Parts: sequence; C-alpha cells; structure tokens
Amino acid sequence: MLEVDITLRRGDFDLEATFKAATPGVTALFGRSGSGKSTVVNLIAGLLRPNRGRIALDGTVLHDAAQRVSLPSHRRRIGCVFQDPLLFPHLDVAGNLRYGQWRAHPRGSDAELAATVELLGLGALLRRRPHELSGGEQRRVALGRALLSRPRLLLLDEPLASLDAARRDELLPWFETLRDRHAIPIVYVSHEFEEVVRLATHVVLLEQGRVAAQGEVAHVAMVPALRAVLGPELVGAVVDGRVESVEPGTGLAHIRIGHSLITASGGGLTGARPVRLQVLARDLIIATQKPVGLSVRNELEGTIRAIVDDGREAVLVEIDVGGPVLLARVTRPAASELALEPGRRIWVLIKATALRGHVHAHARGARAEGETAA
Amino acid sequence: MELEALRLSLYVALRSVALGLPLAIIAAWLLSRSRFIGRTLLDAIVHLPLVLPPVVVGYVLLLLFGTRGPLGGWLYSTFGIRVAFTSAGAALATAVMTFPLMVRAVRLSLEAIDPRLEDTARTLGAGSIDRFCTITLPLMAPGIVAGAIIAFAAGLGEFGAVITFASNIPGETRTLPLALYTALQSPGGDALAARLAGISFVLGLTGLVLAEWVSRALRRRVGR
Repeated sequence: MLEVDITLRRGDFDLEATFKAATPGVTALFGRSGSGKSTVVNLIAGLLRPNRGRIALDGTVLHDAAQRVSLPSHRRRIGCVFQDPLLFPHLDVAGNLRYGQWRAHPRGSDAELAATVELLGLGALLRRRPHELSGGEQRRVALGRALLSRPRLLLLDEPLASLDAARRDELLPWFETLRDRHAIPIVYVSHEFEEVVRLATHVVLLEQGRVAAQGEVAHVAMVPALRAVLGPELVGAVVDGRVESVEPGTGLAHIRIGHSLITASGGGLTGARPVRLQVLARDLIIATQKPVGLSVRNELEGTIRAIVDDGREAVLVEIDVGGPVLLARVTRPAASELALEPGRRIWVLIKATALRGHVHAHARGARAEGETAA
Repeated sequence: MELEALRLSLYVALRSVALGLPLAIIAAWLLSRSRFIGRTLLDAIVHLPLVLPPVVVGYVLLLLFGTRGPLGGWLYSTFGIRVAFTSAGAALATAVMTFPLMVRAVRLSLEAIDPRLEDTARTLGAGSIDRFCTITLPLMAPGIVAGAIIAFAAGLGEFGAVITFASNIPGETRTLPLALYTALQSPGGDALAARLAGISFVLGLTGLVLAEWVSRALRRRVGR
C-alpha cells in the first residue's frame, strides 16, 4: 500500500493530495496538465519536500513531517521514468543500465541485467549512445535502468508523452508486461485516458492540486468530474470482461461482460483472457424496441438507471445492462422523442468495430455482476 | 635565456592551474548550484581580478602573503615556506589572475547540465558524492578542460601581479613576459624581445586552438 497525505504550497500553486494506492497494482494519476500530477510524483520520489504530511510505502515511512522523518531520495528505492527519458549522455546504453544495476540493494547480478535486456529488447542497442537512439528506444532504456535499480515502486511520469501513436502502441505492451508478470507497484501519470484504461487498476483524479475522485477505473470513469476533464468525445464506461472465444476467420472476439456476450474487434486477443474495454458514450445507440435488419453486432437489453445533463445539446444515459453500467450520449430531442426515463427497459446498440478489448490481468473479468460498477 | 624563461613560464602556469582548478570547480559549483547569502559578493570577488589592475592584485597578495603578512607569516613560521619572491609566489599570483577564466568556463559547462539528470541518478540510488563523481563531473569535463587550457595559456603571460608579488628574479620568477620586459629595458635586447614575443604569440594561439578543439571533442563524447 502506498499512502500519500501531503500538502505543498509554492507560490500560487497549492497541492493537497490524500490517496491510497494498492501494491502491487497500477495507480494512475490522471488530470489536466498543471493539476499537480508531476508534483505528486516528485514528492513521492523525494525530489521535492512537502510542507506537511506523510508518505509511506508498504509500511516504510518515506516522509513524515510530524515525526521529522524524511528518507533521502537515493535511499527510497523508487524508480522513476519521466516524460523525458533523461539517459546519461556520457554513458552508452549498457552504461546507463549498469548505473541502475550497480546501485541496487543488493547489487544486481549480470543475469538480471541480461533478463532486463531481453525483456525490453535492448540487445542490439547496448553499445549505442543515447543520442543515437529513437524516442521509443530511449524510453525503453530508461525503463530498464529504473527496473535494474530494483525499485519497490515505479513512478512513470507521462512516459509516452510526445511520442506518436505508433510508438505509443509499441511501448504500452512493455508496461502491461511489467504489471502482469513482474507485479511491480506502479504509479502511472498520464493525461491520456486510453493509457489509464489499458494500464491502471486504480485512478486518482487530480484537479487543481486536489483529489477530485479515486477508485477503480470503472468507478472513476462514471464520475462527473472525470467527464469534465475528458470532454464529450472521450466520455464513456470502462467495463471488464473475459474473452469467451475468438472467431478464427475474422479474429473478432466474443467477450463475456456481466450477463451479456458482446462482440468486439479482436486486435490479436486470444482465448479466455481477462480484458478491459472502453465503451465511449458517443458510440452507443439507444432503441426502445429490439431492432431488426441492422448491421450492428451488439444489442444489449438494459434498464435506464439515470439521465444526466451533458451540455446544451445532449444528455448522458446510464444503462444497467445486467452487471456493468454503460453510458450513452444522446441528443436532447432524441431523448424526449423516445421518452427515455429512469427505469425504462431499452436496447443498446454498439458496433463491434467501435470496441477493442485490451488484455488486463487485473480486469475483473471473472467476477459476478454488480462489482464492476461498485 | 629564452628557454629558461619559457621553462619557467610553463612551470609557473602549470602550478597555477593545479592550484586554481579545484578551487575554481568549487567556486563554480557554489555560484551556480547553491543559494546562500553572499553569493553575489562571492561572484564579485571571483571576478575582481578581471577588473582590477594586476598590480593591485600583486600588492594585496604581498600584504597577505609577504613574510610579515598574516598568511605569509604563518606559512613561514609554521612550515618555513616563503611565498613572496619565489616561483611558488609567481604561481599563486598567476592562479589568482586566471581564476575568473577558469570559474567562467567551468560554470558554463555546469549550468549546461540538466539538473534532472542528477535527480534521476538520485532516484537510482546515487548519493551526493557518487552523483557528483559519476554524473556531474564527467558532464562538466569539457568546461573543466577548456578552462584549464585557457587559464594555462593566459597564465604563461601574466605580468603585473607576478612582478609585484614575486619580483623579477632570473631563474626563479622571470617568466616570458618579465624576460621580455627586461630585454626591452636593456640596451641591444630588441632581438631577444622579438623572439620572446614570438614565443608568447605561438603559445597563446596554440592554447586557444587546443582549448576549443579538446572541449569540442569532449562534448562529442558526452553526446552534447
């Protein structure tokens, strides 16, 4: 458990953050730029000192202002990978990796170095200089260097920012591997909700230096404060499920979510894995009767739980589809024409191509209904 | 005559760099990395030799390090070391005069280092001394080397402070510029003066080119 309860005042910036993060697990710090995410990271790493408060990791006090305890940064054993990979320019890739390895307690073995090189695919780069590497390669080296220092916690501060989409897709799986196979606790800072959905088990939503919401990803996805940050395009439910089968010819995946079975584009999914899906509110269509003759692959029957305002032109409809709750964004005229109201039974239509599952070992795929939205 | 002056100049300049460089690194560190009261004053004192007449620097050194001065007297009575009017004194005077050059070069390279690199080293488990030796110092190397070479080249020609503090003793403190001055003062010394001037010219030029070249090569090595 990572426990953070800190206050920092600096000029016109004022941070007051209290949250707990399960270890192992991936806790995402999410928020707009300037919300204080990086400041929190620097406080946990010990690169900044809070004015007041306490930070503890798995029972070890890292900082406690009241007890006048503050472990210096280099004794905290917290690995950091920042947006800027910050490789040491005077050392080659091997030298950078060894910098972490030699300072691990106890000192890292060569087998460990080899394993990390293997894990991150750095074998061909060892003799290269940082400036000879691509952005994605630099980040992998930075990650390897941090891992080799054998951290108790890994802080990843927007490690994918300023990379193009292709590089990002190339790097995200490394982080997923880290989370699922190595069970290193991770605090992941991001302002891209898609990364949060794919990686995190928990989210702490920061707004202007305050924790606006925290909890499981599926839970925080429904919080109004988050919607305000995401904007209408990205609002949606996050649901966990389990792959039941994959169509051999098309690669389409059939995913069990609560009582429903939905079809999503496979994206290389294989059988019986826990997966997580982001179901964007703008991709949902509501029908008041079971439709016929549509190309849409997913028709889920559900009950409207609530209808909330979403700007001048639309409303958000919360629909319980037998376990998970989905969010649909419909225009106000449509909502009134269909006479949508809480308690009404309706059909939700989702194109399979609008859905893509991501393997997520911590997704609550095997759990019974009701828990995802809890 | 020329050779002796040249040898002495090289020796004095070398000692002055050896003496000044570690202090220059410390001063550069204090000036660019730490916040303390009197930082501006330290900055001014470090740069003072650039704006003071060298004779004033020599005079102040004489007051401090003369055998009756507070520091010189102590050195003489405790260790039997005499600084004024010796080649060690010439080296000291040269070190003081070239100190601002060294500090400036070192400080520039120190300020070019991204402090987040040191922060990263910290999170990897490097304590402050470890960090300084493995990250800061190697990254400062181009500036340190360039500063040393420039100070050395400038030190070969230091005149005013040396002649005031260490006097013009043949074989002891008569470096190139002092020998040149002496030659100009003596009848028929024109040819010797010209040769000495030529040597100074070549040395200075070599120093500047070398400093630039070495620092560029080192910067490439550290990938900047």
